[in-house]
Amino acid sequence: MNVNDQATGAFAIDVHDLVTHYGDRMILKGVDFQVKPGEIMVIMGGSGSGKSTLMRHLLSLETPTSGSIEILGQDVASLSTIEKAELSKKIGVAFQSGALFSSMTVGENVMLPLAEHFKLDKQTMQIMMRMKLGVVDLDGFEDLMPSELSGGMIKRAAMARAIVMDPRILFCDEPSAGLDPVVASALDDLILRLRDAMGMSIVVVTHELDSAFKIADRITVLDKGDILLCGTVDEIRNSNNERIQNILNRRTEEESLDHDEYLEHLTGIEVPPSPAM
Amino acid sequence: MAAEPSGSSPLRSVERIGRQTIGAVEAFGHWGVLLGQSVFWILAGPKLKQPVRTGAVATQMMEVGIYAIPIVALLSASIGLVLAIQGIHSLRAFGAESQVVLGLGRSVVREFAVLITGILVAGRSGSALAARLSTMQINQEIDALRVMGIHPVRYLVAPALLAMLIMVPALTFVSMMTAIYAAGIFVTLDLGLSQEAYWSQILSSVTVGDLWHGLGKSAIFAVLITLIGVVNGASVQGGAEGVGRVTTRAVVQSISAILVADMLFVFIATR
Repeated sequence: MNVNDQATGAFAIDVHDLVTHYGDRMILKGVDFQVKPGEIMVIMGGSGSGKSTLMRHLLSLETPTSGSIEILGQDVASLSTIEKAELSKKIGVAFQSGALFSSMTVGENVMLPLAEHFKLDKQTMQIMMRMKLGVVDLDGFEDLMPSELSGGMIKRAAMARAIVMDPRILFCDEPSAGLDPVVASALDDLILRLRDAMGMSIVVVTHELDSAFKIADRITVLDKGDILLCGTVDEIRNSNNERIQNILNRRTEEESLDHDEYLEHLTGIEVPPSPAM
Repeated sequence: MAAEPSGSSPLRSVERIGRQTIGAVEAFGHWGVLLGQSVFWILAGPKLKQPVRTGAVATQMMEVGIYAIPIVALLSASIGLVLAIQGIHSLRAFGAESQVVLGLGRSVVREFAVLITGILVAGRSGSALAARLSTMQINQEIDALRVMGIHPVRYLVAPALLAMLIMVPALTFVSMMTAIYAAGIFVTLDLGLSQEAYWSQILSSVTVGDLWHGLGKSAIFAVLITLIGVVNGASVQGGAEGVGRVTTRAVVQSISAILVADMLFVFIATR
């Protein structure tokens, strides 16, 4: 059975009971979630919620303590190095920093996966590279070095490299972080365009609420290593969960407590109730 | 949870020694894994349709070898001249200055050229390797390679190791020739010896075994410099400050490893 067959009608990504520790600290506490083919799943949460760690596990950059991750029907833990390399041809990743190779031009960066995985002549690779740069509105920038690009352009170049092999799944780590609202919105549009044009499943890790609500088919809200809720934009917006409302209203946990609770939270000492008037 | 040591300083010292020992064993293990993986990709890469990039090897050879020739030649010539001047000065006290060539040839081929080249390459290319890899690590470029299905050892380490293994012995040979040639200029002028007589004495004093001794050590130094550069580069933490720290550490460790390995090699080879 090949990967295409396995993934047909099944989940593009299936994470089951994922637990991970850093030393004694539990970072992910039994995370379960699925991404359907062709959907945009946004993983949202505040700093320290575990979303970046979850992303690193999905990319096989870290090994979990327990649990399983299936990508396109394949359990990544059971794959050999060569099988992982094969699977990686069906996955594209746009890192938060772009992670473009500083010693290569933009064009060489975009062509790198092609050069490493396929025996294509240089002209064919250049045509494909220019096509993908066109998709992300970077036509004519192939000869520039990454250091000559702006932050938004680096993110778009990274996106072009991520989609150069027409992946089935695209991962975007904080695509709009550090960008001005106009450029961030353009990147959101690009993600939507990629999903519509190429039909790929897209996983976006972000803490930008506006961006998440604009692009998501479904949102998974992570908090302290737990999934609070996984649902559509409306389900998230209408949730009564206090922690989700804190995230949506950009309130810290401390701010949501009343004064006595906050004092108790800080000192660990129970504050006696105020005498009734 | 690891037990916290009690406040007494002897226990803390024992704990520190234990941690350092574990760290050292881990580092050796890491070197072994890296070396094994590099050899694996060099040998099995073509069969797996993932060969080590010849272009990258050529680029590294230029960086490690060709561009280093001027500085290696300059320092080797200086060392050769120092040995000739000091050797004649010391032996003249015994009226044995004509014997300087015998000691000079062997010491240059077995020790001085090898050490000066190793130390120079450690300072020049080992540091560059550590800085490059640590910067790539911080910029998530190594993660990017992994997720693209490109094994970082095949892409980054194996070309550097191959280039070092070819160019460090080659540079060492250049260093030997330059040092002996420079020493010859002084010796022939000072002792009134002809160039033919000088080279004839050099060739009769230096054996093929001496040459292999020197080149063999330089190959070991090449492996040490590469592995230390890579391990330090990959272990970076923090930003620019971290890059500076691992680069300095790589140079210090490489030079220390070269000198200790040289001592062990000489001890074993002369038993």
